[in-house]
Amino acid sequence: MTFGILSYGAYVPRLRLQRKVIADANSWFNAALKGLGKGERAMANWDEDPVTMAVEAARDALVGHDRDGVTAVTLASTTFPFLDRLNAGVVTGALNLDESTASNDISGTQRAGTTALLQALNSRGQTLVAAAEKRDSNAASPLEMQTGDGAAALLIGEGEPVAKLLASATRSADFVDHFRTIDSGTDYGWEERWIRDAGYMTIVPPAIKAALDKAGLTPADINHFVMPAVLPKLANAMAKKAGIPEAAVRDNLSAVCGDTGAAHALVMLVHALEQAKAGERILVVGFGQGVDVMLFEVTPANEKKTGRLGVSGHLARRREETNYNKFLAFNDVVEIERGMRSEADKLTALSAMWRNRGAVTSFTGGKCEKCGTLQYPISRICVNPNCGAVDTQKPEPFADKTGRINSYTADRLTYSPDPPACYGMIQFEEGGRWMMDFTDVDEKDLEVGRNMRMMFRVKDIDNQRGFRRYFWKAAPVAAGGN
Amino acid sequence: MAKGIRDKVAILGMGCSKFGERWDMNAEDLMVEAYVEALSDAGIETKQIDAAWLGTGIEEQHVGKSAVPLAVALRLPFIPVTRVENFCASGTEAFRGAVYAVASGAADIALALGVEKLKDTGYGGLPQRGRGTVNNMTWPNLSAPGSFAQLAAAYRAKHGASPEDLKRAMAHVSVKSHDNGSRNPKAHLRNRIDIDTVLKAPMIAEPLGLYDCCGVSDGSACAIVTTPEIARSLGKTDLITVKALQLAVSNGSEAQHNSWDGSHFATTRIAAKRAYAEAGIEKPRDEVSLVEVHDCFSITELVTMEDLYLSPEGGAIRDILDGFYDADGQLPCQIDGGLKCFGHPIGASGLRMIYEMYLQMLGRAGERQRQETPRIGMTHNLGGFPHQNVCSISIVGRYEG
Repeated sequence: MTFGILSYGAYVPRLRLQRKVIADANSWFNAALKGLGKGERAMANWDEDPVTMAVEAARDALVGHDRDGVTAVTLASTTFPFLDRLNAGVVTGALNLDESTASNDISGTQRAGTTALLQALNSRGQTLVAAAEKRDSNAASPLEMQTGDGAAALLIGEGEPVAKLLASATRSADFVDHFRTIDSGTDYGWEERWIRDAGYMTIVPPAIKAALDKAGLTPADINHFVMPAVLPKLANAMAKKAGIPEAAVRDNLSAVCGDTGAAHALVMLVHALEQAKAGERILVVGFGQGVDVMLFEVTPANEKKTGRLGVSGHLARRREETNYNKFLAFNDVVEIERGMRSEADKLTALSAMWRNRGAVTSFTGGKCEKCGTLQYPISRICVNPNCGAVDTQKPEPFADKTGRINSYTADRLTYSPDPPACYGMIQFEEGGRWMMDFTDVDEKDLEVGRNMRMMFRVKDIDNQRGFRRYFWKAAPVAAGGN
Repeated sequence: MAKGIRDKVAILGMGCSKFGERWDMNAEDLMVEAYVEALSDAGIETKQIDAAWLGTGIEEQHVGKSAVPLAVALRLPFIPVTRVENFCASGTEAFRGAVYAVASGAADIALALGVEKLKDTGYGGLPQRGRGTVNNMTWPNLSAPGSFAQLAAAYRAKHGASPEDLKRAMAHVSVKSHDNGSRNPKAHLRNRIDIDTVLKAPMIAEPLGLYDCCGVSDGSACAIVTTPEIARSLGKTDLITVKALQLAVSNGSEAQHNSWDGSHFATTRIAAKRAYAEAGIEKPRDEVSLVEVHDCFSITELVTMEDLYLSPEGGAIRDILDGFYDADGQLPCQIDGGLKCFGHPIGASGLRMIYEMYLQMLGRAGERQRQETPRIGMTHNLGGFPHQNVCSISIVGRYEG
């Protein structure tokens, strides 16, 4: 038994906003944006946030792994939906992990992801580390072009690791390249040349050297150099200064995803692991008010196929979005007229939410011990018309079952932040069904019999109180796994 | 099985307000409009009424809770009054309460009144409303058209019907109801339309377009019931009696158990069988002479024809396109325009259907009067969603006793 990375997964939202449409809309104001108007950025659907993306990345990482072994969940982000409600706790609930699981949030810096990973690697037990980010940005800001939404997750613990930590180093420095407060809402940054020269190029190299020295390796031994940075060619300049071969510099996924902030070092690490061969070494750098450096060696266990989608699979699960206004509306950058039907009160009774956490958060149903019928939600009296036994149901998880569309519609009357509202009856082959929302689906793809995967999403946003409630929705099964 | 209430209760009088956008009327005014007609038709005075039932579905939009609004509006003399609510079938529920009271002997004369004032929401369509604290956490924000539209998807999948054929039959349903509504002075929508208008209308919830959906109306309807003996003693000769009154309520098996395929109403099939048994009907397609169904959407009417065993399973498209259910067909459906055109003031609708049967059987339906006076009429009043609903069926007919 060895300690290390046992598995990994990722999540990138399906929508990819074309940067050209952002540039076309905004370059009248800032002509420099034209130069950034290439490629695409991952764009969260209206019902996605760091919590839901972390759940998906975690599920991806847990494919083929027994969840009972997980003893802790750490969630990293600088864009948590809740300031005072444990976001990792929502993830733990959605994953239906045991109540003895320790969960905690790590925030406050763009290197929150690497810090969470490093802490897990330096701890005992089995920790599921997830990092997710969905940054707000002003219209016509470079950040709007450079960032993307996404998440990654790694399972750390004792077992047969796919990669082992050889060495690490960390540095703290109150170097404020940018900041964000509750009042500012979006990032306020300083000059890029200063960030590059006085920040990255000054703070990072000694940490890289320290990690390599500890491991007894040289820069030339690095096969994959993971360092997120939105400044062009910064990773290449860093590799050159540190003596790392230029070929080792990993693609920062700028063209296809954008920078996923606190999650990006882990997103890039997962992407590297998907391609790395046994014996190769990965150097990960997370920068933000200091630096985290981790040096991994990939093991032969990494060759095993798991069925995860990972970064590559999720990048392939893609729908081009060319409607910049939709992006602005989803992110409340512009206020659109939502109509009177949107005014319905979305108050969540927190007591009822807690009481129904199994059905709502974990998507747990019941299995009748007498007749074997699966049903959702769990109830006192069995739904099977030929059974009706009382108090015979044991909890039965439904979240990872594949459902099938039994009936559907695309509703243009009811309020939805992204009309038409697609929903219908989802039927699980072994038993159980529920009338539920669909997500990540195009109207033309709806058909009876279509296989659907359950995804944890924002159900309603209660603007009156700033609350959001989560539930599971059905999305078309992605090609290639999951 | 219980013996039922066949011929135990007669309709003494009925009334119905004009349905539509009654901007100048409160719900209480609409109640009085239907009540005055029913009272005059019955030939009695308010003080002769022993008990009353009020049916409303969305009371938060107008009168609020309890039976008090009915007692106040009609100045009922401190008699027992009950408010009932069972989705869009609330009107038939009020009728059931009154009929059962008379059948049991607890009341000699009982009143049922349904009312709804829907046009105070500020927008078109039914009011947006919550589904309950727990349901709100998991249910889609489903609208009425969005839930009923799903029948079409499941029906196509089950019967291999093409979207075009189904949509055309659905369009025929609406064109027929508009034709019928044009001959009804109390109807909300009185314009004729053609198939093309239906097919090209804006989509509301796939595949239901604007003309596949019924009107959202203000209105009220009222029935006064008693025993055949008392009716005769009050001077009535042509009696219309209740032959059957059945209600089937979903128990979650459609919503949670895979035995239901989504293409039909489990409740309607059960209620229909019970109602035919109670009324002594063996061949409904031949014996029923007039039918009013809950055509909230064209697809609802289409599948209901099969669920009532009037069309063979999978055969409704053909019957509809053949004109079997047209006003001059073998078995007219919605001869008054139905929910589609008479309108759908929720709590009033079930009683409005019975009102039409009553008029037709007494030869009082004016321009839309069926030539051959109907003998057996059936009403079908549905509430809820296809996957979770309540279905009321009543059969009324001439009293042969």
